[in-house]
Amino acid sequence: MRYLPKSDSERRRMLEVCGVASPEELFAHLPEAVRLARPLALAPGISEYEIVDYFRERAAENLEGYTSFLGAGVYRHFRPVLVDTVVSRGEFLTSYTPYQAEIAQGTLTAIFEFQTMICQLTGMDVANASMYDGSTAVPEAAMMAARATGKGRALIARSVHPEYREVLRTYARYQGMPVEEFGYLPDTGAIDLEDLERKMDDLTGAVIIQSPNFFGIVDQVKAAAEIAHRRGALLVVVFTEAVSLGILEPPAEADIVAGELQSFAISPSYGGPYAGIIATKEKFIRQMPGRLVGQTTDSRGNRAFCLTLATREQHIRREKATSNICTNQALIALMATVFMTVYGKQGLRELAEQNLAKAHYLAAKFQPRFQGKFFNEFVARVAGRTPEELNRALLKRKIIGGLPLGRFYPELADSMLLCATEMSRRADMDALVAQAAGQPAGKEVLA
Amino acid sequence: MITKVRNHLSQNEALLFERSSPGKKAFQLPALDVPPVDAAEALGAGNVRAAIEGFPEVSEVEAIRHFTRLSTWNYAIDHGMYPLGSCTMKYNPRINELVARIDGLAWAHPYQPESLAQGSMEVMARVEAALAEITGMDAVTLQPAAGAHGELTGILLIRALLEKRGNPRKKILIPDSAHGTNPATAAIAGYMVQNIKSSDTGVLDVSALAQLVDQDVAALMVTNPNTLGVFEHNIIQAAEILHKKGAMLYMDGANMNALVGIARPGDFGVDVMHLNLHKTFSTPHGGGGPGAGPVAVKKPLEPFLPAPRLKHSARKWTWDYKRKHSIGRVKAFYGNFGVLVRALAYILAHGGEGLRNATVDAVLNAVYIRKQLEPYFDLPYSSPNMHEVVFSDHRQAALGVHTGDIAKRLIDYGFHPYTVSFPLIVHGALMIEPTETEGKLELDQFIEAMISIAKEVETDPHTVKNAPYGTRTSRVDEVTAARKPVLRWKPA
Repeated sequence: MRYLPKSDSERRRMLEVCGVASPEELFAHLPEAVRLARPLALAPGISEYEIVDYFRERAAENLEGYTSFLGAGVYRHFRPVLVDTVVSRGEFLTSYTPYQAEIAQGTLTAIFEFQTMICQLTGMDVANASMYDGSTAVPEAAMMAARATGKGRALIARSVHPEYREVLRTYARYQGMPVEEFGYLPDTGAIDLEDLERKMDDLTGAVIIQSPNFFGIVDQVKAAAEIAHRRGALLVVVFTEAVSLGILEPPAEADIVAGELQSFAISPSYGGPYAGIIATKEKFIRQMPGRLVGQTTDSRGNRAFCLTLATREQHIRREKATSNICTNQALIALMATVFMTVYGKQGLRELAEQNLAKAHYLAAKFQPRFQGKFFNEFVARVAGRTPEELNRALLKRKIIGGLPLGRFYPELADSMLLCATEMSRRADMDALVAQAAGQPAGKEVLA
Repeated sequence: MITKVRNHLSQNEALLFERSSPGKKAFQLPALDVPPVDAAEALGAGNVRAAIEGFPEVSEVEAIRHFTRLSTWNYAIDHGMYPLGSCTMKYNPRINELVARIDGLAWAHPYQPESLAQGSMEVMARVEAALAEITGMDAVTLQPAAGAHGELTGILLIRALLEKRGNPRKKILIPDSAHGTNPATAAIAGYMVQNIKSSDTGVLDVSALAQLVDQDVAALMVTNPNTLGVFEHNIIQAAEILHKKGAMLYMDGANMNALVGIARPGDFGVDVMHLNLHKTFSTPHGGGGPGAGPVAVKKPLEPFLPAPRLKHSARKWTWDYKRKHSIGRVKAFYGNFGVLVRALAYILAHGGEGLRNATVDAVLNAVYIRKQLEPYFDLPYSSPNMHEVVFSDHRQAALGVHTGDIAKRLIDYGFHPYTVSFPLIVHGALMIEPTETEGKLELDQFIEAMISIAKEVETDPHTVKNAPYGTRTSRVDEVTAARKPVLRWKPA
């Protein structure tokens, strides 16, 4: 086996040193009843060439050469070449969590820069080294709010990503955290502040909204903050489209920001791995889950970084820890760090402006269902047929349409969620529009 | 004598923010092919932000130098042995990186039609089947994102089954040798934690277990082999004790690298377990993630697995969302697919026999180290070890040198330290896990380094206590970092 670096003679020599006659003897202390008496029923090992072949075949069974207008929490953005160049370096790829600071300054420095950039983007004081993803950052934020306020109830907007809400329910069920939902306004698609107000009580520790929300609408962070704070709850603001922060006012009124960084050069990869974040105000630092990197000095007085405030964490606190999280998403967070570096101050703005322009170009050809302001996603009502029927017609033209919303919102069964990014070409958008309008995309439409 | 390494220069590098200068760029966007829109009009003037204060502005060459310089400050498996006990730091084959980046897989959107995702679904089904065979369990979910996330999923599954039987019960039993994630997980799943003291030989005390298991106990969480690297030889008996009282056996699969192809948890009474694909199945640790933490269960727990589940019907894969007993989702979408691709590439490369050979070499390497270091370091438990070995600093501590000091000195010899001060049942632990991907030369150099340090402790303890010397960063002041947290850069 090519990954095993020993010759037979080396193995024999080592067995001799160990004082055993055969490799089998190394396992002689295992009770007979637990031993597997047959070989594993798995195919024999194969070469690199065959492995590439196998996965190319699987890739071919997926889509190839399709244009897509899917967003809904996972976005198609160009991945700068530098991203894979950096994360493919063995020093980043094949190192462990940086417990030994003296030989992990590369990872630690990059995480410190990551934490800083996430603060700059979100308007928060402190950010952790990353979470598994946006969906699991939500329950972690809710639990954090419960610890900070001593109140377990959480109110979450129906306009938060439906799968994120499902994850929150799973986590909350056994922790004395009742979760209730509040609605959105049928005309604007923004949160229903009156419904929120009605459902608020003094046992609520967290109000959770998303902006831009699942419908793409820029939501009412300030108003939600006021309502939450008046009753002693924290406001958690969720985002799934990180590029929006290049142009949108950061949710500075939030107490906790829980987001997903997939848009920052992380491949869609059929749902993961991605990287989530939790950022917050200074006063809640000790309630934060996950790893934190801090600045300090070494014994020669040079600036250095190390993991810090570990007394919140499971390996020290065990059952009293703020979270059971251990692994974070360091390499994926590094992708996001390189992305933010490549685009920088000016580039992220321009990128956001292109997304805004493309989505508004597309939306102008549809009847957006909601009047609220939107960034690069919007809900479109499909006329004359179901969204599923339209999508089937589009597939014949190698276009993947929007996400039909009936699955998550029965009241929106006639609508789909469409997304356009800097990677959506005008010609493809025109082709989509032509199909939606019931005409085949002729040359004159594409011109 | 330090023979494996000698010094070379490393570049200094400022933080990105300190390198920035207004107007520098590392990007160029294509010309916009649609009319530009006025942001204030489209978004509302109050919603448009000012420039992002402090965000980097560097050129492309500066960006690549920045991260390349940073990378040279890291130690990595690609440099050499990384004997972190319990972490299974093995070689990460590069073919796995290549296949995970094939366009049709890397750009697959989780909501693209199932008819255009058959390849991804087939990959996942194959991973599920391989892991079921390796563990001897009946069903596998790939949804959890990491080991601790898998633990939570597993305990929620137990809770759901017990609840359906009428009583979720109150307690989870956890040996004192367990990883910290175990008790933290039990608490999040709404259980009280009761610790069990290990026996004098470092294994589960079955008679103590028999006394503790009652109608309040939901499950025992056990790592096997345990964190001493010792196989829990009473495991079948433990399972019987639990099952007789209606409780379950949860296995933390962190140490599965000792068992693949040799023994299967499903054959020794385990009801639920998680695997760490970033340990046993060689997906890269990446400086602390991403991982994947699949959970394997026995049949009675299958109805409760997170939705959706893969289903094969009419020669096509579909996602089955109609799972009325499911504990719900633990993560958006279906799991860390990119990590699953890498793990499958690893399994395909090895095949059944290759996986077993890897296990044999992993155990051989650990036993080889034990035999040669036993004369120099105290071995608190003499039971036969499997893939890792745990010494204590008992002898060195008498001379004022502790496990943490020896670990730091090991850096000067060109190695990453072993795991320090864990498991908690060994005072001053040195937990060493070589994995199967170390050759004899690297192991011999490691052994030589450890022996040399043991001798230094006797002749010159001061040198060991202030190590490392050869690194660009010397010992880091962690106390000040925690006392006055500086968690982000700010302009001076």
